[in-house]
Amino acid sequence: MEVAEVEAEVEKKATATRSRLIVRLAALLVSYSTLVSVVCCLAGLIALLVLPLLAKNTYISENALLPGSANPVLSYQHVTQANNLILDIMNIADDKEAPDIEIPKLIAKYMEILGAETYHHKFSQPQNQFHPLYFFSTSPNSPPTLANLSYGTSTVGIIRAPRGDGKEAIVLVSPYNTQNAGGIDASASSIGLAFSVFSLLSRATWLAKDIIWVASDSRFGDHTSVSAWLNDYHNPNFIGDASSNRIFKRAGTMACGIVFKVVEKERREKYEDRDVVTMYAEASNGQMPNLDLLNVVHYLAVHRQGIRVRIGMFGGLVKSHLVRVLGEVMQQVGRFARSLNPDWRFEMPSSEYVEGTATLASSIYSQALGVPTGPHGAFRDYQVDAVTLELSPRFSLKNEHTRLAFLLKGGRLIEGTVRSVNNLLEKFHQSFFLYFLTAPNKFVSVGVYMIPFAFLVAPLPIIAASLFNLTSNRNPWRWLHTAKPLLITHTWSVVVTLLPFYISKISDLPSTHCMLTWAGGSLMALVILYIVFGSPYSKHVEWRLLKAVMIASVSIGLCLMSIINFATAQIGALFVVPMCLFALPIRVKTNNSLIRSMVMTCNLVMAVLGFPVTAVALMQGVIKGFGTVSILEFWDSMKFLWGWNSATYLYLVLVHLPCWLLFLHILFHPCR
Amino acid sequence: MASHTFLSLLLFYLYSFHLLRPIYCSFGSNGFETTSVPKEEEFSEELLLKPLPDYKVLAHFHFTSTSPPSSSNGKHHHLFPKSIAQLVKKYKIRELELSFTQGRWNYDRWGASDPLSTANGKPPGVELWALFDIPTKEEIDATWRNLTHSLSGLFCASINFLESSTSYSAPLWGFLPNNGDLRYGALPREAVCTENLTPWLKLLPCRDKAGIASLLDRPSIYRGHYHSQRLKLRSDGLNGIVIEQTLSVVLQPIDRTSWSMHQLFKKSLTGKCALAKSSKVFLEIEGNLVSQNENILELVGEADMVTNDQRDHSTIYQYNVERYSEHEALDIRVNWKKLLQVSFLQAPLHASRFLMGSGNERGSIAISLQSARNSTKGLYDNSKNCFTRVVIFQVVPWYVKVYYHTLRIYVDGAIRDAKDVVEKINVAPSEDKVSPGTLEMMLQFPCGMMSAALTLDFDKGFLHIDEYPPDANQGFDIPSALVSFPDFISRRIYPDSISSPLLQSYKGRNIVKSYTEVLLVPLTTPDFSMPYNVITFTCTVLALYFGSMVNVLRRRVSEEERLAKSKDKRKPGLIPLLISKISNKVRGIKEDSANQSQSSQPILGPKVVFKVVLIALIAVLGHYIFNSS
Repeated sequence: MEVAEVEAEVEKKATATRSRLIVRLAALLVSYSTLVSVVCCLAGLIALLVLPLLAKNTYISENALLPGSANPVLSYQHVTQANNLILDIMNIADDKEAPDIEIPKLIAKYMEILGAETYHHKFSQPQNQFHPLYFFSTSPNSPPTLANLSYGTSTVGIIRAPRGDGKEAIVLVSPYNTQNAGGIDASASSIGLAFSVFSLLSRATWLAKDIIWVASDSRFGDHTSVSAWLNDYHNPNFIGDASSNRIFKRAGTMACGIVFKVVEKERREKYEDRDVVTMYAEASNGQMPNLDLLNVVHYLAVHRQGIRVRIGMFGGLVKSHLVRVLGEVMQQVGRFARSLNPDWRFEMPSSEYVEGTATLASSIYSQALGVPTGPHGAFRDYQVDAVTLELSPRFSLKNEHTRLAFLLKGGRLIEGTVRSVNNLLEKFHQSFFLYFLTAPNKFVSVGVYMIPFAFLVAPLPIIAASLFNLTSNRNPWRWLHTAKPLLITHTWSVVVTLLPFYISKISDLPSTHCMLTWAGGSLMALVILYIVFGSPYSKHVEWRLLKAVMIASVSIGLCLMSIINFATAQIGALFVVPMCLFALPIRVKTNNSLIRSMVMTCNLVMAVLGFPVTAVALMQGVIKGFGTVSILEFWDSMKFLWGWNSATYLYLVLVHLPCWLLFLHILFHPCR
Repeated sequence: MASHTFLSLLLFYLYSFHLLRPIYCSFGSNGFETTSVPKEEEFSEELLLKPLPDYKVLAHFHFTSTSPPSSSNGKHHHLFPKSIAQLVKKYKIRELELSFTQGRWNYDRWGASDPLSTANGKPPGVELWALFDIPTKEEIDATWRNLTHSLSGLFCASINFLESSTSYSAPLWGFLPNNGDLRYGALPREAVCTENLTPWLKLLPCRDKAGIASLLDRPSIYRGHYHSQRLKLRSDGLNGIVIEQTLSVVLQPIDRTSWSMHQLFKKSLTGKCALAKSSKVFLEIEGNLVSQNENILELVGEADMVTNDQRDHSTIYQYNVERYSEHEALDIRVNWKKLLQVSFLQAPLHASRFLMGSGNERGSIAISLQSARNSTKGLYDNSKNCFTRVVIFQVVPWYVKVYYHTLRIYVDGAIRDAKDVVEKINVAPSEDKVSPGTLEMMLQFPCGMMSAALTLDFDKGFLHIDEYPPDANQGFDIPSALVSFPDFISRRIYPDSISSPLLQSYKGRNIVKSYTEVLLVPLTTPDFSMPYNVITFTCTVLALYFGSMVNVLRRRVSEEERLAKSKDKRKPGLIPLLISKISNKVRGIKEDSANQSQSSQPILGPKVVFKVVLIALIAVLGHYIFNSS
């Protein structure tokens, strides 16, 4: 008995002397923090550049979709009917005095001939107001004011599935614009295309879901009309005189939205040997429709109809020398790896890499911006998967024969897509929702694209911990002293966020004046805050502690943002993480002057580039070319962001801006 | 000789119908106008064809079997289906209606207030209700459960899903006035096909081998736009058991202007079922189609009798099937000379139901009522004291948690206080995993009202992982609501010269009613494909979180540090918090670097690094050499 007790005590002592493994590992990482952070950052950058190599081919995940399993039955008869509608629309646009009243009537008449239920939906232009409190919710439900003279009229037709139970619906949207005289050809063709499909579907016996066709009047932009209609569909307003006479018919839960419009490319662009369809999928705050929807469209377009599929791509990057050199390097590395082991097949021709990079950059950028790339964005706000297809014909639409052939091809593509979605028993859920596209048929899934971000963010807590340890003060609550500058900075950033709301209330101010007012107001707020709370450099605030706290707050901000909009956090990390790692006071004394001067140069460059205004300008410059960018446009681009309720605005002002200010604080730390 | 006696028998029955005036049934229980007490079992078959305004054709098959209360044959039956008789006897059923429906009845185009559409419009899927002759509630519930299983076996359908108490309800007056002995259940997702039709046909004495049922060619009737197959039975001590079996199909003729029975069904009617007492085919033309202009319609085939109903709403052409044989099949042909846009009698208010809101958290159910202006002008007077009553009956599954206090009523674009509009309301809130929520509501609207809307907010509930049905990602159904208008009676009274159970049922006080759409509510669904990953991941995260949380809360860092120092200087203290542990360690490096560096170097000294790199190199080289060879 006694022996056992003694043994137990000895064991207890042994475990007490040895600390736990996880703690020892953490301590090891912290003691080698510089090495770890350099390795991680490099790995993150390399992983980001390697992403196009890691892209996988898309595949149709949901078996029920069965794309292309049925032969398309859209015939010349349907297309000729549609052509009559196109000709009628063009006549009205030419002759009649009020085409915007006559065209909806005409479309409704054609819909009724097919036996569809029709109605008109009137909407007015929304007031593009900045509502800081309604940021993540949909726009506040203010009663529509149709009193103002300018309103648009969308025409809606519903086909009830003959044997269906009416629980679900597929929405087809064809935007048209009568105001734009030049584009009436394309607008009429969009409607014709929709009509040809609609007339086929009105006779289809295989429909399981109802079909809604919205011929949306896009005089205030494509998105406005669709979003107004969707808002009335989901959140109708029963109060008001207008509602009593207004007929609004519905058709169940939406399964999918397909927006398509015909766009005539200008002739001076390079010659196309095929019709082209461009897919737009990015919705607000980086949300994407299910990948299966894009796959179905791509499969049907390429393998059935012989249409070329495009997605957004930055042309500037394709010509960039840097990317080309990178492509060559990747090709060589891939070749070398394959010579080592034939099973390592990540070799990629440099041209493909360059295109993949340009497409990936565009994909990340459009997601990061958080602004929908088309009317499909309105659907995503109601959790409906939707995609915008922009069809551009190879030949001119003026010629009737080529127009009929184009309508037949495009119509069959849409027919096939509708048929696939109609086959679905469940809503889209099989495939990915989080992905970047590197080509129309290649994607990088969430599991892969998280790696670069994880590498970039991983050193932040380690550095923070090591800095915390290096301070001379030994009190475990010593970081509380630095909470004051942190609090000041974040209070200031909240003030800066809200300022535009009051500035935008002052009407008729040119954007440069607004910009200057905003900057002035922000500066004043900062000064007032300093006066109220005192200088941020009190004697307890060591620069190391300040840096540690800044890094901690930034890493929390980045991680939060990565949940809301991953792409924004990814791009933001590229700016913010170096700022966090390199921050060093000018007055600090070090032994190695060479390293010090290098770090100081980096710091000064980052102090300029890290300022949100310059960062945004830099980003836009990289993507669109530096010729077009001006710093004074910052106000406009921010207005654009909050107009679309993009969380990127919040990120810029609530995470990036305080980080930059704290960076400046560290840079000018007195180092007493 | 035999036919002669049969004919005289028939005449006798016709006469007996004349003698006894019809006794109208009470509120809602329509369709049973049997007046005489037959001594023998009887069967009659009828088919009613009706052209619809959108050039489709409604074919309504109507088979009636009756069994006298005291059979001379004991437990045996001649014509009457034994299975049904046993069912009635065992479960003490007073009334029962079972319907299988595919597609939607289009109230706008096919009519909403004539007796045929009031009786035909059924919600998609299966609907079952039954009235029992049993005193206690518990016994009724138990009987209902047994009944669903029996019917499920009889009709090859999953009616047994109505067994669970979460799927049926006991409305008091919203569906049919009763004393709490009614049970109502609906399965909106049940698919209807031939497997349900075959057992239904087996109840007929001639099945589909002879008589009108022989027209039921499966491909043609399932190609239709609407398909509703029903069984309705009533039993009491006076009349015995009466079953009505009806099948309504809406068919689309190939040629819109001209169709015939043979074209519609791909079969010809060559004679009656020999066991049937009467076998008739009717063609009903809505009054306004014929009376306006005789020239728009041409009928091929001579009718035995042509009559109008009392108010000239419709014209009936009657054909007796027994006149026809294999040599001369009955083939009614209708040619439209002119295409006309006509509308049928509408319901006073057009009801539609939809969901509001989006997302997986909450939403609202809205029922909107739009006045059908043109058809109701004659029925309304716009005086101030005129009110229209509307009864709404709705069953909502428990996972859609409706907050009944959020009921908002809008009349003509203005919100109205519920007190002013609701005349009577009965709410049975849902109980999680026990019972569905039932709402019965009688509303009073002013007659001149153009539109009204009701909204009810709800939260979406969570289901246990094994409660999800297959294809859970489609969403969950809320069964159709029933909107009825007790002030509006749809009836057609035909001259007594026509004796037909079908037309007799038209005479009843059928209340105008319409079913709304089925709603699909998307609920949160777990990712069924990887429960293992999800469980492991969440467990890990939770364990890490709670472990560290408890650790931080339990330990007192400074106390332990002090204790460790005072006790033994050689022993490093038990330092719980990660940061303070690290700080101790790093401080150790600074203070007595000799000690600590020795302890930290072995972990990642240059020797170790060299060894690791060497082994890695050897491995890569070996791999390369083996592969290349």
